[in-house]
Amino acid sequence: MSNSGQSNERAESPAASAGGMPPVSRARRVAQFWLKGEPFVWATGAALAATLTMTGVLLGVVLWNGLGVFWPSPLEAVSLKDGDRLLGDVNDVQYDPHTEKTNIKYRVGNSELQQPFRWVAADDIVSVEYPPNAMMLDRMRDLQYIGYLRSIEAPGLQLALSDEPTVALAAALSAVRARREAELSELTAEEKRAAQELHRRVKYQLIRARYQFRQLSPEDQEGGSRGRALAEKIAELERRETELKDTTDRLRAQINARMQELRRNVAVFVDAAGREKQIALLDIVRFTHPNSMTFWAKLKHYAAKVWELVSDDPREANQDGGIFPAIFGTVLMVFLMAIACFPLGVLAGIYLGEYAKSGPLVNLVRVAVNNLAGIPSIVFGIFGLGFFIYLVGGQLDAWFYPDRVAAAEPVFGKSSILWASLTLGLLTVPVVIVSTEEALRAIPRSIPEGAYALGSTKFQTLWRVLMPMASPGVMTGFILAMARAAGEVAPLMLTGAVKDAPLPLDSQFPYIQFDQKFMHLGYHILDISCKSPNVEATKPLVYATTLLLLLIVLGMSGSAIWLRNRMRTRYQSRAM
Amino acid sequence: MQAPTTVKTMSSKDENPAPTPVVDIRAGLAAHMSAAPGAGSDGSGKLVLKAGGPSAVAELGREAIVNIDRVCLFYGAGQALTDISFNIPRHEVTALIGPSGCGKSTLLRCLNRMNDLIDNVRITGSIRLDGQEILDKTLDVIELRRRVGMVFQKPTPFPKSIYENVAYGLRIAGVRRRDVLDEVVERSLRRAALWEEVKDRLHESALGLSGGQHQRLCIARAIAVNPEIILMDEPCSALDPRSTTRIEDLIGELRGEYTIIIVTHNMQQAARVSDWTAFLYEGVLIEFGPTRQLFTKPVRKETEDYITGRFG
Repeated sequence: MSNSGQSNERAESPAASAGGMPPVSRARRVAQFWLKGEPFVWATGAALAATLTMTGVLLGVVLWNGLGVFWPSPLEAVSLKDGDRLLGDVNDVQYDPHTEKTNIKYRVGNSELQQPFRWVAADDIVSVEYPPNAMMLDRMRDLQYIGYLRSIEAPGLQLALSDEPTVALAAALSAVRARREAELSELTAEEKRAAQELHRRVKYQLIRARYQFRQLSPEDQEGGSRGRALAEKIAELERRETELKDTTDRLRAQINARMQELRRNVAVFVDAAGREKQIALLDIVRFTHPNSMTFWAKLKHYAAKVWELVSDDPREANQDGGIFPAIFGTVLMVFLMAIACFPLGVLAGIYLGEYAKSGPLVNLVRVAVNNLAGIPSIVFGIFGLGFFIYLVGGQLDAWFYPDRVAAAEPVFGKSSILWASLTLGLLTVPVVIVSTEEALRAIPRSIPEGAYALGSTKFQTLWRVLMPMASPGVMTGFILAMARAAGEVAPLMLTGAVKDAPLPLDSQFPYIQFDQKFMHLGYHILDISCKSPNVEATKPLVYATTLLLLLIVLGMSGSAIWLRNRMRTRYQSRAM
Repeated sequence: MQAPTTVKTMSSKDENPAPTPVVDIRAGLAAHMSAAPGAGSDGSGKLVLKAGGPSAVAELGREAIVNIDRVCLFYGAGQALTDISFNIPRHEVTALIGPSGCGKSTLLRCLNRMNDLIDNVRITGSIRLDGQEILDKTLDVIELRRRVGMVFQKPTPFPKSIYENVAYGLRIAGVRRRDVLDEVVERSLRRAALWEEVKDRLHESALGLSGGQHQRLCIARAIAVNPEIILMDEPCSALDPRSTTRIEDLIGELRGEYTIIIVTHNMQQAARVSDWTAFLYEGVLIEFGPTRQLFTKPVRKETEDYITGRFG
């Protein structure tokens, strides 16, 4: 830039020509323009600006849509020309240039009674009011309800309710929850313990014992000592199974009965059309009255919603509630992937970079590794399914769990978080290999020579001198690998990610259930954005989840980058 | 370690522990000059050694620590060293000079078998360190490199603390005792004239030192393992004049305790620091002799041309 400025000055300055220098001709100026590569400079700048703009727009869209999801927007009570009335918040406004009309999309909720979204022509609106007592409820089932609170009927709670409806509702909600906690927490915990023992242990012990029994010869089954022992064991296990089943049934019945009792405590609402609706207090997750809420109350609601999103289980076929299992699944999967791919990739990279003698075979390997990084990820999914699940998993099952295969409940021969992680590990290992090799090669040869000259063996040189110096470069590869793995969905659909799964955790060693399917944020986004029963309803959640996925990837990469920078200051010199 | 040497005359080292080279050179000069023409029978190549021959060290009454005998070195098909034979005197400074690509560094790197790191290298002949053949394939190279330390053209500090850099050689040899390490680190740094500058920041990264300090650190690192020989491959070529002076002073101080072999492009430097000089040209040893003699009265025409700057 400064160069061109100078040349222009010189070309146009009359003093220069007066001083004996001939004026630069126009043709020459044009030639100079091209010679100096001015258009090239502009092109590079423009390309950078375009890239930045696109990134900015992407982030802006996600942030704008993702952050605004949970902010309570005002509820409008709308009267229409045809006498119809509705109550809801504005979801979308569209101007149609052909008819020159504006259409407004309201979210009116109450999906058990009506379509939860409704388009209204702006011209049809007679009046819009903001009734301060309009409420929106998040419910355990049927998503949002929008209406007015009429009364609270809570005979079981013995409450002295305030006249102020929001205060009364809040008090009733906390009372009913406290009651549920007091009456049911022990029962549910007990029921969960029994069910876990039944479904995770006894069931499989029984499968094994029965299988072992079937393997015996008929004589053994009849009279042999082993046959008798097994038969006894089976009988014992069956007794235990029945016992646990009875326990869980009994507990469940108790729980249901008490829930039934508690559900008698209801709040009566009336919607815009005047229909009354009884809603059990237990079904109400939270309520807002946006038209009369203070800023702080809204902020509190917003924080509660965000917390619910990151800490709770999903509800209503992923349309509502939180996505904690998906966050947990994503992070766990990336960690398992890292554990699998990092040592493998680094070791392979060290071999290629330091031990392998260059030759056609090594070059072939190098080309293959580089190409591996370019294979479409769905191919890795297919490979994971065919190789890991069917071949490796099937074989492991055949060796260690023939009983489970016979009972059609394979342990390893099915999609699971283990195989999904390994598949992703395979997908990302080339990046780690290449970056390790490059990082080792970037070290000047004089460094290892200095180490050899002191009597180091090759291993000592590698381990004590070269690897520390290469570590920032290795970390760069690791960061790339992790970022890619966290965002990859296609291979996971084939190898273990599902729409809905509990946390793959266990109370007993090894604490992680490697054979479980899991939820994943990327797959969750796909699920709620195009497989949900009501795509309209989940649209905001899509943005929120996307934002969360971005944040998680950024967080993981960010911590890796921080680590890399620490290594860099420690191990890399300015002098070399 | 103290294997009998193959030198004909044993030195009177013990009686005269630090002989002034100048005096010795003059004393032995006549004998050397008269004996020199006979050395021609050693060489069978094109260039026959006429003066300053391989036996010069013995003739001057010095004990040789390294005997280089008819060493040829090939990189694939190309030959880098042709029939090199001379002896390197113990506890003195020997300089290897010659134009770029003449094989000085290659010869130097034969002495600690650093050429092993390069593929396609073939060496014939014999190099004996205290009588022990070091070109032997079965020789423990790690052990050899502990006995023959090396300092490179470019300083190669490791990305570790100053302390760990100096202790590196001991650590890889399995020394773990802190008091031993502490002592050796201090002694080596003092010996390398670096202690005063770094004693307060031993545990900071070595990469923060200056270029000259890097090189002295590398020397400290080399002497920490107590080698018999220190090879220096143009140790000052990347340094400023002041650092160069310090390194040269250091070489002067280390002489008498270590055998130093230094490759240098700088003939003034060779004249300043070395007791003996070998002049190589195109892979052939042209002349080897006491430095003073080689620079003042070179026997061979090529040597004279080179040191007077007519080529190279």
